[in-house]
Amino acid sequence: MLTRRDFLQVTAATAALLGTGVNIARAASNQAITQDDLLKFNSVGQVTLLNFTDIHAQLMPLYFREPSVNLGVGEVYGLPPHLTGKEFLKKFDLMAGTADAYAFSSVDFSHLAGEYGRIGGLAHMATLIKAIRAQREPNTLLIDCGDTWQGSYTSLATRGEDMVDAMNALGVDVMVPHWEFTYGAERVQELISKLNFPFLAGNVIDNQWQEKVFDSTAHFERGGVKVAVIGQAFPYTPVANPRYMIPDWSFGIRDEMVQASVDKARAEGAELVVLASHNGFDVDRKLASRVNGIDVILTGHTHDAIPGIIEVGNTLLVATGSHGKFLGRLDLDVQNGKVKNYNYKLMPIFSDVIKPDAEIQAVVDAIRAPHQKIIGEKLGTTESLLYRRGNFNGTFDDLICNAIIEERETQISLSPGFRWGASLIPGQDITMDDIYTQTAITYPNVYRSEMTGETIKLILEDVADNLFNPDPYYQQGGDMVRVGGMGYRIDIQKSIGSRISEMTLLSTGEAIDASKKYTVGGWASVNEGTEGPPIYDLLADHIRKKKVIDVQPNTNIKVVGA
Amino acid sequence: MSNTNSQLVRMDRRTALKAAGAGFVALGFASTAHASPEAAAEALAKLSGGAAAATSDKITISLPEIAENGATVPVGITVDSPMTAASYVKQIHVFAEGNPSPETITFNLTPTGTADVNTRIRLSKTQNVLVAAVMNDGSVLTNKKEVKVTIGGCGG
Repeated sequence: MLTRRDFLQVTAATAALLGTGVNIARAASNQAITQDDLLKFNSVGQVTLLNFTDIHAQLMPLYFREPSVNLGVGEVYGLPPHLTGKEFLKKFDLMAGTADAYAFSSVDFSHLAGEYGRIGGLAHMATLIKAIRAQREPNTLLIDCGDTWQGSYTSLATRGEDMVDAMNALGVDVMVPHWEFTYGAERVQELISKLNFPFLAGNVIDNQWQEKVFDSTAHFERGGVKVAVIGQAFPYTPVANPRYMIPDWSFGIRDEMVQASVDKARAEGAELVVLASHNGFDVDRKLASRVNGIDVILTGHTHDAIPGIIEVGNTLLVATGSHGKFLGRLDLDVQNGKVKNYNYKLMPIFSDVIKPDAEIQAVVDAIRAPHQKIIGEKLGTTESLLYRRGNFNGTFDDLICNAIIEERETQISLSPGFRWGASLIPGQDITMDDIYTQTAITYPNVYRSEMTGETIKLILEDVADNLFNPDPYYQQGGDMVRVGGMGYRIDIQKSIGSRISEMTLLSTGEAIDASKKYTVGGWASVNEGTEGPPIYDLLADHIRKKKVIDVQPNTNIKVVGA
Repeated sequence: MSNTNSQLVRMDRRTALKAAGAGFVALGFASTAHASPEAAAEALAKLSGGAAAATSDKITISLPEIAENGATVPVGITVDSPMTAASYVKQIHVFAEGNPSPETITFNLTPTGTADVNTRIRLSKTQNVLVAAVMNDGSVLTNKKEVKVTIGGCGG
């Protein structure tokens, strides 16, 4: 990991220059970090894998606070990515206050955001990709691990087509899907026909004939090495997202099918086998111990940004974060069908120090320009940090939950534990663009219904088990459902049915009664025919009325067993 | 927003759960609590004539970890056996431990081909699916796998 040390030296110098708590000009504008620093890398071997994942249709630089709570249970307790804040910094030798600390952790986020600025932006990432290709064109593969077509106003308005155009322009070599499926089966097939590269999902079969729906493997030759990339879609798409949109397709982890694809690729002469996966990190960690012959797993879905490689047996696991914040570069020396040596760097896309690539910027601008009037509308301002990512309610979720309670006049509200959704720092305007970055889905209706206390508990228990089941194969990779108007206690070490207790209705301070009915509002129901206003309209109206938003971190959820 | 504000509907628990985001498939409310691991164990004991059935990895059960639709869960079972007259699998029984009536299906096999069967079963809630293979010598092998039947939604 020479390159990371190099980078750290640069950023350590930055920290020394800045001192602590001193509000001076941005590190970026001081050139404390530069594009060249970000790109600095000791090339190794014949193959360069460039990887990003879970970009969630984010074309522009943004703020994204990594989680402060990301708990692991069972065998993964205390292992990356289940380390946050100072523990994380310690594990990866990152110094507080540095550019890396800002990019990879939640520590002192609002302050550091002011110093290091926005991260990401497709044109900025393109600059790095093109610079690396310029040196290693015949060696380089660019792999997108999915959740690419969903998450913005423009992706929703064009039903994913904006991202297809952008990824074609970027020259992606292969992708895998998850949220892509929320445009429905027919639209997915339409968009695949517009892609210049393979769309792989070896674990999707049709319900009737049990046959593969998509290709499972793509073959490349890079630097004289035969490379097979096997693709894995999110295994629980029809459970976590509406099944009615893809009624004929069945998913699942399907280890044995992955093994069969690996064996077939090896038999056909592949010297390097890469799994591009949307399984989620813990699932892939387990899969790596059960499937033989995978050299590299490029992980996705759980949005973990891990600065180093995690090795499981002979398999290298890569986790490149989300929202276009990072570009991963893994160089591999392949000898006799085995990885002999490698070097890895996860590059934060510090947009203020990277000159955006003109070609891709033009593509981005062309996508956004027709919608500028809508997405540019300023709805209000936030005085507090708004974020979603983390196992439990983030401040943006609380804003959404409050909006549902007020606008739909309910006692309790539920909001999905999606891991996508950018952050806004104190003092920032809230635009329509920002609303869609939190809510742009194809099943947005906000229902209003009555539920008994027992039902509400059942929902919480069910979602908690999707997050804290000790066997990752039984997890779905989302965070805990967000709850408004109600507090609760959760013991993450218990089993399903006994994790949740002390459910309290906040408006009265009374304990939730299992047999009593409560009014509940929520969005992102996976059931067909859900009625109610779209969440983005409801939230926008709410912020227009409030004008100034101030949401402090939620103190109504007691977490034990962590 | 106001146009739909009054749309308060009374729902039974099942409907409410569906509305809750909840891809919620047959998460058994049929008061199955007193059903059935015991009933399954009893049926199994009958097969083996009371002798303890050995858990065996000769039985491979293909089931999803999380069911996409509890009403129709694909299950595949293979038993590693030569399937000759001298040594073969006579029957394969499938028990859904958590269903109100756990005895789901029985396959009768003859000593030919392979012991490889596929079907779809209905699972009322999260539970173990227990498979018992009765061999021609009367011995019984078992294996099981847990299938989660979940509300769904909220996946990020």
